[in-house]
Amino acid sequence: MSRLSKTFENLRARNERALVPFVTCGDPDMATTRDLLLAYADAGADIIEVGIPFTDPLADGPTIQRASERALDGGATMDDALQLIADVRKQTDVPIVPMTYINPVYQIGYDAFAARCREVGADGVIISDLPPEEGPEWVEAGANHGVDTIFLLAPTSDDARVAAVTKAASGFIYAVARMGVTGARSDVPPEIAALIARIRSHTDTPICAGFGFSSANQIRSTCQSSAVDGIVVASALIDRFESTKGSNAQRIEAAASMARELKDATRP
Amino acid sequence: MTQSTLNNAAAVNGAVTDQAVDAQMEESARGHFGVFGGQFVPETLMVALRELEDEYERARHDEAFREELAGLLRDFAGRPTPLYFAERLTKYFGGARIYLKREDLLHTGAHKINNALGQALLARRMKKPRLIAETGAGQHGVATATVAARFGFECDVYMGEEDTRRQALNVFRMRLLGARVIPVSSGSKTLKDATNEAMRDWVTNVRHTHYIIGSVVGPHPFPQMVRDFHAVTGQEAREQSLQMLDRLPDACVACIGGGSNAMGIFHPFIEDKSVRLIGVEAAGDGLDTPNHAAPLSRGSKGVLHGSLSYIMQDRAGQILPTHSISAGLDYPGVGPEHAHLKDIGRAEYVAVTDAQALEALQLLCKQEGILPALESSHALAYLPQLTKELGPSGVIVVNLSGRGDKDVNTVQSALESS
Ligand SMILES: Cc1ncc(COP(=O)(O)O)c(C=O)c1O
Repeated sequence: MSRLSKTFENLRARNERALVPFVTCGDPDMATTRDLLLAYADAGADIIEVGIPFTDPLADGPTIQRASERALDGGATMDDALQLIADVRKQTDVPIVPMTYINPVYQIGYDAFAARCREVGADGVIISDLPPEEGPEWVEAGANHGVDTIFLLAPTSDDARVAAVTKAASGFIYAVARMGVTGARSDVPPEIAALIARIRSHTDTPICAGFGFSSANQIRSTCQSSAVDGIVVASALIDRFESTKGSNAQRIEAAASMARELKDATRP
Repeated sequence: MTQSTLNNAAAVNGAVTDQAVDAQMEESARGHFGVFGGQFVPETLMVALRELEDEYERARHDEAFREELAGLLRDFAGRPTPLYFAERLTKYFGGARIYLKREDLLHTGAHKINNALGQALLARRMKKPRLIAETGAGQHGVATATVAARFGFECDVYMGEEDTRRQALNVFRMRLLGARVIPVSSGSKTLKDATNEAMRDWVTNVRHTHYIIGSVVGPHPFPQMVRDFHAVTGQEAREQSLQMLDRLPDACVACIGGGSNAMGIFHPFIEDKSVRLIGVEAAGDGLDTPNHAAPLSRGSKGVLHGSLSYIMQDRAGQILPTHSISAGLDYPGVGPEHAHLKDIGRAEYVAVTDAQALEALQLLCKQEGILPALESSHALAYLPQLTKELGPSGVIVVNLSGRGDKDVNTVQSALESS
């Protein structure tokens, strides 16, 4: 059984949902990303998403755009990201999910990229701008190398798409909680419960929701009102890290303590 | 039939029916041109793309839609545009005869209005009350703002901050037309970044907003649809050439930003194997410097803004900054159909520098009394070579995609600083 499946099985047994924090690889440098990732694991993160910076992140709002720019200015590359995953894999068993855009993957090649992911100990991959229609080769490469191919579904996805996407997805399904790009918001996304229910009627694959989660209350309500298996938090944690004054260690501690608080909201 | 009686409605209808056959072939390849094209977009947009594809299919088989579009192209935009013999320029070079397809005479000053009108009619059919667009030179923004005013849509136009400076006149025009112009300050602050921001807006507001992409780029069905709306240019040019000269031209030449004016003139000639199709990219400071915008000449295969094509990128797949004196060509990608035409050898792609384009612009002013856009000047800048190559028996059609009023300030400061 894959590391992701085992994680969700354990969580379901405890009637608990996953907290999935996101780090932008290399923001502002690799050492900080490594420390932040390990701090999130200590804070109780169930899965960690590692964002691989791309020059043109068109599914992302201002926070992740800024983080990506800082990372690219610092010289972060895909190779660095994979090396970082290999390094932290020696220190933690938490499932790690790289998140990227299609072009950097296309340059490496689907099969070679899946092989590299497997080799460094990544568990699944999210490619923001690769719908399954364009991705049969990627699904095959993932299956061949034992890397889960995580696809997204959105409030606009109709039932035909939900059926097709759930068939191609493994590991978990990423439910885009609201229309738009990433970025912290304070309300409970109005369309998420209906979307989760629609996806659930097609599959037992775990479902994580993301886009705009930022507070414990919001996460608790979403967990109570839907059968979601996990919550992804990205921009809000980056905002916390950005806005904290002090040393890198203090900023990491601030972001990790926020993650700890958000993790509590996923427990029954 | 003489040029003046050229029936534009027939040309438009002809273009649309011819393309129905091609489109059926392409449909089996799901929006691909050879290996290029596709729909590499966030899931949120997938249903909207399907809806657009279906609506476009219905519309172009709908007589009422075709007639309304043809009427607007004729009475609002000013079609057909002349195919004009550039007599003095021809003499000046002393080689092949040069004909200019005068898209610069269209309402709003560039070819972009052909596509904006077509897509506005589609948006109205889809009952979307809001239009958004990206723009580089501002011509597509002006065209979109114009059709928004004409049909009563709300309209927001994204434009890189750098471009709002170098095309300030067009920013003011858009505002006069009632559009909001949103300057984009991320990344390189040019067309690529304006496109990113327009995509982000569309992902957020797709339920009530139609995104009028301004070139033959983006996810399927945009490259095919935008080409079809511009194919009227090539259709007219082909008929005009047969009427006026009793023959087809030896070459069609057009500048390439995203590639819409080029696809528009190329498409109806694709089966005419004797006609060379030549796309001219922006070489900026030179192809051997990093400061150019020539993905077909110097790029490699990759995905940008929803389709696979040639793009300017580093080895890790990060998009590279571009440079061109022409805001409308300053873009690291190009339409997927051009990538395909290049690979199968049906079209040729060359590049000219900022300096060559500036020189061509001044030459057309002085020899013909026509001020071309900096974009179109790139196509003109290939004439010294091509007129010589083809010799006096040759016939060249240049797509004069736009007029240069918007570029006067840029040209002035470039000439004063050189
Ligand atoms: C007059 C003119 N020509 C050409 C272009 C380049 O676009 P495309 O290659 O899509 O025709 C532009 C773009 O702004 C333009 O304004």
